[in-house]
Amino acid sequence: MRFIKNRRTLITGASFLFFLLLPLIASALGDAYLVTLFTRILIYALAAVSLDLILGYGGMNSLGHTAFFGTGAYVVGILAFHIQEETLFLSWPIELSGSSNAILVWLLAVLFSAFMSGLIGALSLRTTGIQFIMITLAFAQMLYYLFVSLEAYGGDDGISLWARNKLPIFDTADDTSFYYLCLGFLVIFVFLSYRLVHSHFGRVIRGAKQNLQRMQSLGFPIYRYQLVCFIIAGAGAGLAGALMANQSEFVSPGLLHWTHSGEMMIMVLLGGMGTLIGPILGATALLLLEEFLSVYTEHWMAFLGPFLIIVVLFAKRGLYGLLTGKEVNDE
Amino acid sequence: MQHAAGVDTSHGVILYLEKISVSFEGFKALNDLTLYIDDGELRCIIGPNGAGKTTMMDVITGKTRPDSGLAYFGQSANLLEMSDNEIVLAGVGRKFQKPTVFEEHTVFENLELAMKTNKGVWHTLFAVLNSEEHDRIDQTLETIGLQERIHDRAGLLSHGQKQWLEIGMLLMQDPKLLLVDEPVAGMTPQEMERTAELLESLAGQHSVVVVEHDMEFIRSIAKKVTVLHEGSVLAEGTMDEVQNNQQVMEVYLGN
Repeated sequence: MRFIKNRRTLITGASFLFFLLLPLIASALGDAYLVTLFTRILIYALAAVSLDLILGYGGMNSLGHTAFFGTGAYVVGILAFHIQEETLFLSWPIELSGSSNAILVWLLAVLFSAFMSGLIGALSLRTTGIQFIMITLAFAQMLYYLFVSLEAYGGDDGISLWARNKLPIFDTADDTSFYYLCLGFLVIFVFLSYRLVHSHFGRVIRGAKQNLQRMQSLGFPIYRYQLVCFIIAGAGAGLAGALMANQSEFVSPGLLHWTHSGEMMIMVLLGGMGTLIGPILGATALLLLEEFLSVYTEHWMAFLGPFLIIVVLFAKRGLYGLLTGKEVNDE
Repeated sequence: MQHAAGVDTSHGVILYLEKISVSFEGFKALNDLTLYIDDGELRCIIGPNGAGKTTMMDVITGKTRPDSGLAYFGQSANLLEMSDNEIVLAGVGRKFQKPTVFEEHTVFENLELAMKTNKGVWHTLFAVLNSEEHDRIDQTLETIGLQERIHDRAGLLSHGQKQWLEIGMLLMQDPKLLLVDEPVAGMTPQEMERTAELLESLAGQHSVVVVEHDMEFIRSIAKKVTVLHEGSVLAEGTMDEVQNNQQVMEVYLGN
């Protein structure tokens, strides 16, 4: 028991140390692209951890998680668009302009994603099982087509940002600084998630995954629990989306396409569902594989598929389960 | 005397079932069933398959509504006008045959989840157990004899231990009346013995109704046995009285 615990700590610590030192490694190798790549990995890791809160801990199999990722990204994109075009975001009943203030914009991105997940969750959580998968998928696709049809915001082509959102003191335009900013957000979100799943609230959510009816008969208003969990996850995905928009300085409806939700789900499954470190490992593995396999062949998916099947079949908790050796139970 | 749980047992009776009839598509599951359970009593109910034991439990817990009859919890709580949740809150706890403990949670967490407390979302997001609640969990752990397994996952427990944990979860809800469905099915003789002690220790503070097939087990715990047959009470009394009852021998014991 103690041994497993130590290995868990070791993996967590080693991953953190690796991410912490990565910009140094990149500059030692003289490969600046590594920092950009790993910034994307950190952002997707954040999204995957948020998805795992509902998927792995809550048993809510959402195939629409990218709706909130995309919402967060579009909040950044639209507000930047109005600055660039020097137009008003809203002229009635009050005049609102766009913004490039990171604190304001990212906060709005998180709040609006939380609002959207509250709306979508409130309707979707009335169903379970396959219906829940389909309805979350349907909502995400609705948003996708909404943004495709929004010609004012570039429609299919999306919005190009001229610059990243600005923070006081901190230089977000510098790739290394931005990398550490993303790492900071990831660490904070994982810490909060850790506290959440280990709280009484987390025990109720995990219990509902095992036996919903039993939890209800114990007197817990499970629908509300799941909704709160869904909103927290949506807010996390929204933050990731806002960071992604800044990292790539580009926002397009592709971010809201359902295959994007599927990718996040693969990250969670690959890394280890129901763990907090697993999705980070999953995001790292998937994006690295994509990066390096696509150099050799454009059919890199054909290699990724079997790899995914092998990991899911043979490692009960994905890569994290493999690394910790034994079957890992709830963290 | 008014109990904390709000059950008025001033006449010494905690459950009244009078002339209850239930039929499913023509089949009479309960037929004019009349049964009283005293406050603090440990009662065993036996009967062949289809005698109406489960239907009776369903009526008491509000899962099935009878076609006719009266069902009162204490003097004033009309079970037929209460929802299943209200019945639980009033102090009726039911343990199903199959243990439904949360296997991925520890023994402690299972009891904690079952505890009668504020179950709202905001409360549980920031809740920390107070010492009184800790004491209650410890007390229950002692009653069900699982102190040493406190931090083990429930999935690692033996079948018998899961049943005890389930009873412990029931106790955490602070019920006045416990309905226990076939507690010893699949248990080893040692586990059975331990279960008998457990149920006996609960009587007095709680009223306990046990539905069971195992005759040896019933003999070891029952002071009073009720035999059901074709949806109504066939006989009532001590195990010896019941076993020597001519009618019972004919329909149930088969000799």
